[in-house]
Amino acid sequence: MKRYLLLPVAAVLAACAAPGPVGERPSVAPRDLEVITALLKRDFRERGQAKMDRVNLDDVQRACNLHGDNPPEAVAKPLEEAQLKAIKFPNGSLIGDWKNGEKIAQNGRGSMWSDKPGVQPGGSCYNCHQLSPKVEAYGTIGPSLAGYGKIRGNRPEIQKYTYAKIYNSKAYNLCSQMPRFGHAGTLNEQQIRDLVALLLDPASPVNQ
Amino acid sequence: MRRIAGSVLLAGAAMAAPAGAQQQSPYAEYQRMATESAPIELYEIAGEELWKKKQGPKNVSLEACDLGEGPGVLKGAYTHLPRYFADADRVMDLEARLLHCMMTLQGRSREEATKRVFGNADKGSEMELLSAYVAGQSHGLPMRPGNAHAKEKASIELGRKLYFHRAGPWDFSCASCHGEEGKRIRMSGLPVLFKPEYAKPLMSTWPAYRVSTSKIVTLQWRMNDCYRQMRMPEPAFGSDTTVSLIHFMTAAAEGVVYRGPGIKR
Repeated sequence: MKRYLLLPVAAVLAACAAPGPVGERPSVAPRDLEVITALLKRDFRERGQAKMDRVNLDDVQRACNLHGDNPPEAVAKPLEEAQLKAIKFPNGSLIGDWKNGEKIAQNGRGSMWSDKPGVQPGGSCYNCHQLSPKVEAYGTIGPSLAGYGKIRGNRPEIQKYTYAKIYNSKAYNLCSQMPRFGHAGTLNEQQIRDLVALLLDPASPVNQ
Repeated sequence: MRRIAGSVLLAGAAMAAPAGAQQQSPYAEYQRMATESAPIELYEIAGEELWKKKQGPKNVSLEACDLGEGPGVLKGAYTHLPRYFADADRVMDLEARLLHCMMTLQGRSREEATKRVFGNADKGSEMELLSAYVAGQSHGLPMRPGNAHAKEKASIELGRKLYFHRAGPWDFSCASCHGEEGKRIRMSGLPVLFKPEYAKPLMSTWPAYRVSTSKIVTLQWRMNDCYRQMRMPEPAFGSDTTVSLIHFMTAAAEGVVYRGPGIKR
């Protein structure tokens, strides 16, 4: 039985207790991140496919947590460049099948402890974005993508940018709220190509 | 009947939340009807039976449980939680404290007492029913969670940091969804729970009957299910992590009149 309070965690929690005003965001120091990660390691346990390594922070999460999602240019630029460099583009066409893309965009399951391991996750796109104007139940955390391809065209640079943005949104905006679907291994190459088609194919409902 | 009348009021209060869109929501009528038929009163009655039921190796009831206002005192207990408890030397919310009483008074193990903390539509869990009963005894009182003791201040501050802490494969924090005003996921509005104007109508109605799943849910369940959707591993029931988050959000609702047990979408 894990017993409540590991001493170092308790000591630091008590020490960093200058209370901020109600309704305000916290100010976060590097030490806070260590304390919180240690706390999560103590308080959480793996379940199903959600293993404990998920509480570990990478350098992007660390920078965004430290800077309240608004890091200075000098911090953000090199990290964005490193994220961009790590994107793996497929050989051949970046445009898949928009019909599959629509299904992936609708599917909000995957990667949760309640999901069956091995079942390919969806992209949860409609949770946050408007895409096909026919779908009324869309979220608004991200911008509307209705007419995405009609507005931007279908040039190779646009295809490449769109693939990369889905693969790793943080390559363009370090603290974007959008998951890094390729980088995190959530969506595979084929799925991302299908989503690019959903956004760019002139026949896709997104561009009607 | 008090509860049913109160619940209708509550639905009104929820609709007056600053997510102004809710006011004209096509669900308003549905919500009103659902509220009238919500079996909250039955949950409270079942919870009262469990409160008085002799259980565990020591074969005693929970009637001597000290929820902060003294052994067995229920009125105003819920509205002063979470708070610091000297006997456990930590801050506890209602559910962590009920678990503490099950272990200390009734002599039950943590494993046994937490085996089924989240129930289903067929049968609410012991923890959920007890929560409904205890919270119901504070209906109409102002919510004043502990904020004087050093560990209470630390707990609220930790909750604030956790609320904004991004982690996991999808880089989510609570604020990823509940950080900006006027946003929604699909059709669900997203309250900004660190702001008093959002925290007040929502934190004053837990635990609640959840219409979409026809079951009673608690704040510990809410924390658990948000972390599931954040793609994180599972937080332990009543852990400092979940209690601090609940404490932080309840502190943001400081002073609001408790109108629960309530109803959620």
